[in-house]
Amino acid sequence: MNPALQAAQSIPAAVDYVRILPEIVLAIFGMAIMVLDPLMDEKNSQKILGGIGLAGTVAALLSTWAMAQSPGLAFYNMVRVDGFSVFFHVLVIAIASVVILTSYGYMAVQRIRAGEYYGLILFGLVGMCLMSSALELVLIFIALEISSISTYILAGFRRRSAISSESSLKYFLLGSFATSFFLYGVALMFGATGSTNIDEISVALNSGPIPMLAYVAMALMFVGLGFKVAAAPFHVWTPDVYEGAPAPIVGFMSTAPKAAAFAVLLRVVFEANAPGRFWLIWILAALSMTLGNVAALVQTNIKRLLAYSSIAHAGYMLVAFAATPQLGTSAVMFYAASYAAMNVGAFAVVSHLANAGERYVTLEDYAGLGRRAPVLAGALGIFLISLIGIPITGGFFAKFYVFSAALQSNLVGLTIIGLINSAIGAYYYLKVIVVMYMREPREEVPVLPLSPSLGLALAITLAATLYLGVVPGNVLEFAQRSAASLVQRGATEAAGVQISKHRL
Amino acid sequence: MSGGLDNLILTLVTFIPAAGGVLLLLFPRRDRDIRVFALIVSLLTFGLSLHLIAHVHRALPGFQYEVDKPWISAPNIHYHMGVDGISMWLVLLTTFLTPLCVLISWKSIQERVKEFFILLLILETALIGVFTSLDLFLFYFFWESTLIPMALLIGIYGHGRKVYAAVKFFLYTMVASVFMLAAMLWLYAKVGSFDFVTIQNAIRSGQVPGFAAAAPWLFLGFFVAFAVKVPLFPFHTWLPDAHVEAPTAGSVLLAGVLLKMGTYGLLRFNLGLFPEQSRHNAAWIAVLALIGIVYGALVAMVQPNLKKVIAYSSVSHLGFVVLGIFSFTQAGLNGAMFVMLAHGVSTGALFMLAGIIYERKHTYEIADMGGLATPMPNYATFFSFIVLASVGLPLLNGFVGEFLVLSGAFQANPWYGVIGATGVIWSACYLLWMYQRVFFGKVTHAENNTLPDLSAREQLALWPTAIAALVMGVAPLLWLNVIDPAVHATLAPFTQLAGKVVGQ
Repeated sequence: MNPALQAAQSIPAAVDYVRILPEIVLAIFGMAIMVLDPLMDEKNSQKILGGIGLAGTVAALLSTWAMAQSPGLAFYNMVRVDGFSVFFHVLVIAIASVVILTSYGYMAVQRIRAGEYYGLILFGLVGMCLMSSALELVLIFIALEISSISTYILAGFRRRSAISSESSLKYFLLGSFATSFFLYGVALMFGATGSTNIDEISVALNSGPIPMLAYVAMALMFVGLGFKVAAAPFHVWTPDVYEGAPAPIVGFMSTAPKAAAFAVLLRVVFEANAPGRFWLIWILAALSMTLGNVAALVQTNIKRLLAYSSIAHAGYMLVAFAATPQLGTSAVMFYAASYAAMNVGAFAVVSHLANAGERYVTLEDYAGLGRRAPVLAGALGIFLISLIGIPITGGFFAKFYVFSAALQSNLVGLTIIGLINSAIGAYYYLKVIVVMYMREPREEVPVLPLSPSLGLALAITLAATLYLGVVPGNVLEFAQRSAASLVQRGATEAAGVQISKHRL
Repeated sequence: MSGGLDNLILTLVTFIPAAGGVLLLLFPRRDRDIRVFALIVSLLTFGLSLHLIAHVHRALPGFQYEVDKPWISAPNIHYHMGVDGISMWLVLLTTFLTPLCVLISWKSIQERVKEFFILLLILETALIGVFTSLDLFLFYFFWESTLIPMALLIGIYGHGRKVYAAVKFFLYTMVASVFMLAAMLWLYAKVGSFDFVTIQNAIRSGQVPGFAAAAPWLFLGFFVAFAVKVPLFPFHTWLPDAHVEAPTAGSVLLAGVLLKMGTYGLLRFNLGLFPEQSRHNAAWIAVLALIGIVYGALVAMVQPNLKKVIAYSSVSHLGFVVLGIFSFTQAGLNGAMFVMLAHGVSTGALFMLAGIIYERKHTYEIADMGGLATPMPNYATFFSFIVLASVGLPLLNGFVGEFLVLSGAFQANPWYGVIGATGVIWSACYLLWMYQRVFFGKVTHAENNTLPDLSAREQLALWPTAIAALVMGVAPLLWLNVIDPAVHATLAPFTQLAGKVVGQ
């Protein structure tokens, strides 16, 4: 008898619920926020709802620990708990908690009513967590939508500002378009292999000839996911959306949903052993790195600058996808973690300095920051140094693992493009540091005092950036172990044959 | 007694300055205390570094005071430190110059004093680390770490077009070292280790697959990074800008130590890892070095700016070092090492002297000086002594190194020796002419009549360099005794190579 059918006849056991415990906890906290919001007067709601949101993420982290104790399949093979999914659960939840800490002061300054803001972050988180553990393409699609819809709304939260609405609308229209590509790909994949379960797809693709349809399906799914990770040429929305959205949310959008989308991409590419991916990834990676870095050179708005930089970083991560599965997966996981630490941190500083109405977001407003706000400038400086990829920061090892994975897979051409790009990238990050420390301010730009919650957010992100830069071993070893479990299932040998055909 | 200290000494010498820098962070902003503390830390480091030379085993050619501890398991990175007769002296040069830098910056740095000395001490750690690391990764880590403090020293505390100079310095080095990183990653991918000794053994025993085909590119990857740093003609254009705009202490360390990172790299990595390629490429590199010697000297002659004269003289002197290295003779390499040390001492002193006059007149223009020997007799005496040392007067330090280099170059190819020797004449021309215009004759500008002579503190900073210049000239064997075995070991594969050629 078909095991799937057998499973379908049984009722989900308690352990199945444990395996999605973080998602359940997050949903409950999210709903609690929605229910409590109308009961509260506007003055207090900010603190209390934010507190609940933060408590939700902490509870979710604890339940991730509980979840990690019982690895395995759940809900008729739709969800799998393994080291890989635990890693991404912890990552996205941690990102959200730092973003909530950052938003605390930000929302008060912008005079935005908290309302469903924190609730939406938690709901989005449910989607992202599910993305990292789902095995079923249809479930992945639903999770993707849950996460996307929350972020569409969050992007438009600065209601009084026109560019924020533009950002939200643009993100929504293009985003729905992209997800429909993904769905189309899923449908075709079902046509090609007769299944929407990644494990079964993998078996089907590795036994016998690969149908033409599977290649088309793969390409369409790539379009959808490429949009989510902001890889060129599907990146056009990024700068406009990032410029308009509230700064803490940009920190969130550029890391958490991206990490989740990369998790899906890893499952699809390596576990399902996607056919014909090599050149697709090669070109996407080279394009993203080059376009992102070159366009960032001329930006004067710090949010746009970081938007282009995030495109470039997506490119670096894609380089690892072209490498052999084992090395590539762990490199991507490490990169996602260290990029999250430095980028969320950078946006925490940006959102604090933006002040009421996000008035101060151009490079010029940062002139002389080193003198006016030494702590903030120092923190931003370290995040930027990490983004450049200079030693003793996480960004250095992130790039290092990606490029050494690529070289060990004999991708010399792509590595050289990547290394040249990281040298180009140094210029625009450096420009920000130069402005902060070496230029005198032209007009008086007020800097608000540092609040304890922002201080905590900065301390966490700084500690993570430096931790990953000085003792990267622990995180990397964990990533390698989880990668090994993912890849073994992904028919390692078949993948090896596939790639060696195309070695550069 | 020294057993325990022998294992710890390199770690202590390397990290005490940075630890002092971190402690300075906690200091209250009382400038005097900060200066005194920085002086104590740098003197302590110098004192400890003397242990290296006191307990050295002169007969042993290999690395001494080794520490080898695993740092990161995957990739396989070790905290592997050690020095031989070559790097030991460069460590000492660094620790010798740093206290002098503190002294010379006592008065000239009045703003952001705390940050200045923190940067200076961190820079010292990074510089020492470059010379002591034996793990390629660790080396790269320190190599890149020198960039930021130096760029900030130039960009914040410099004068004139300081930001331009800082960014140019940063980008030149950053872009060039990317190629070195690519070569290192390739070696790691094939050998599975970053350890210098392991890689060297693997290459020498021919166990690196694909090495023969990749070697020319690997050689170039390392070479470009080092040639920019030296700087070898035509990569030298960042140097005059950086020097002219840098604060005095920055110039002293830049000329005294940073440039030697390049020549040290050529000696250790290009010659150490790729002897065949080195021999293969020696001809055009020697020609570039000769062009550097002559061109640097000619350009120095026509500079109207004191610091630019010294900066171009560095291009010329470092040409000698490269010429000596690529002569592959015992005398040439010994001489190259000696020129590195002598140049560090005397050019460091020249920059201090230039800084002293700048503190009084706020200009480096030679036209604004003239007849300074009358109001400042002590200053003129020191200046003449150092100029003579730099010109290569026998019994002072410049002579020994240049003589050895030229005799080595003559053995390699008589024309190298002949053209190189003209460099000695040129250097006499531009330095003595510069000296004449600054010090001799009548005082041409009335305001110069009242210039105060050297203060006790300034004399304190200059005396050690003058003494070192004399001792190195009179008793060069103290230095060469230690250098010689290390050079001999470096040259061992070359004599084998030569033997092969003769055998055929």
